[in-house]
Amino acid sequence: MKSEDFELISGLLKQRSGLILPKDKVYLLESRLTPIAHRRGLDSLDELVSEVRLKRKEDLLTEITEAMTTNESFFFRDNKPFDLFKDSVLPQLLESRASRKKIRIWCAAASTGQEPYSLAIILKELSAKLVGWNIEIIGTDISQKVLDKAKMGLFSQFEVQRGLPIQLLIKYFNQVGELWQISEDIRNMVSYRKYNLLDPYTLLGSFDVIFCRNVLIYFDQQTKTEVLEKMRKLLPNDGTLFLGAAETVLGITDKFKPVQGQRGLYSTADASMEVIGKLRAV
Amino acid sequence: MKSCLVVDDSKIIRKVARRILEELDFDIQEAVDGQDALDICKNSMPDVVLLDWNMPVMNGLDFLKALRKTEGGTSPVVVFCTTENDMSHISAAISAGADEYIMKPFDREIIESKFVQVGLL
Repeated sequence: MKSEDFELISGLLKQRSGLILPKDKVYLLESRLTPIAHRRGLDSLDELVSEVRLKRKEDLLTEITEAMTTNESFFFRDNKPFDLFKDSVLPQLLESRASRKKIRIWCAAASTGQEPYSLAIILKELSAKLVGWNIEIIGTDISQKVLDKAKMGLFSQFEVQRGLPIQLLIKYFNQVGELWQISEDIRNMVSYRKYNLLDPYTLLGSFDVIFCRNVLIYFDQQTKTEVLEKMRKLLPNDGTLFLGAAETVLGITDKFKPVQGQRGLYSTADASMEVIGKLRAV
Repeated sequence: MKSCLVVDDSKIIRKVARRILEELDFDIQEAVDGQDALDICKNSMPDVVLLDWNMPVMNGLDFLKALRKTEGGTSPVVVFCTTENDMSHISAAISAGADEYIMKPFDREIIESKFVQVGLL
């Protein structure tokens, strides 16, 4: 791929999604965009790039952005954050929100739904404790295509075997031909909305917990800071944030602090000692 | 080092499973059918059994039922690994005392993820 072509596409991705594509990932452009070229009756990636350069058609730009920002996901990915949610974050919220009985959770890069559905399954398993509670899970993603898949709740045999215990497959999935569909009551616990993390977050309302795992790694420093600071504004002081195992707030923002001993979990910088104490205790 | 008994009538599957599990630091033994596996278990119980379903002489489900009745036979973790991928087979396996269930084809990531779930890794 010519370097001016690479710059055109990587510039487009940065502007539309915040994604930073390093030069050594040029193979990703080739492997993900060549099928788009073929579907559009073009012979090569070079021809696709010419289309972008000459016509800048919105649907093509969207398709390219979606193809490059789609990343694999699996149920209960990394396990630990879900244990932390269940054992530390949720008990703290059940206590502090006892009069309101309302909790809102945001999965900021929901992809094909495995993360929000994993949370929904945890809540379903605890439903005896949650009678009378209104718990909303909102999954957003930049790609409409992955959200459409998430809404259907249909997963391949490979997808349901990565991270999902067999007991939960038996309990919450139905076999549909070669695929597995998550049950309707779990699907109904999650709502999905297309959202670009670079946009203002004014339409989302406030949250108690935000999952933003394995997203920041694709952004540059400034975008990371902007995203985290916008997220902080949606959380009350005792709200919590989950980041991916390879991500951190250090050197990016002072609005969040890592919860000691709880990898991947962050409290706001304004959380009280009492809240931090509860998040630390397991 | 934990021990794993790989039970499958296919030599190729045993070889693939052995390679993945050795990388995950398991000590591997192989059995070609349920009866062979049961004989090995009676001699020395492994920590985990990776178990095919359809095999000559004794199939995986019959092996599992017999194993669970054998002295010390409740201790091994049993993970089915089979092309049988419908809910009725899965339920039957779990009811008979299987701990996890892998639907073939599998890869390293699936084995690893399932072994993590049953606390072996």
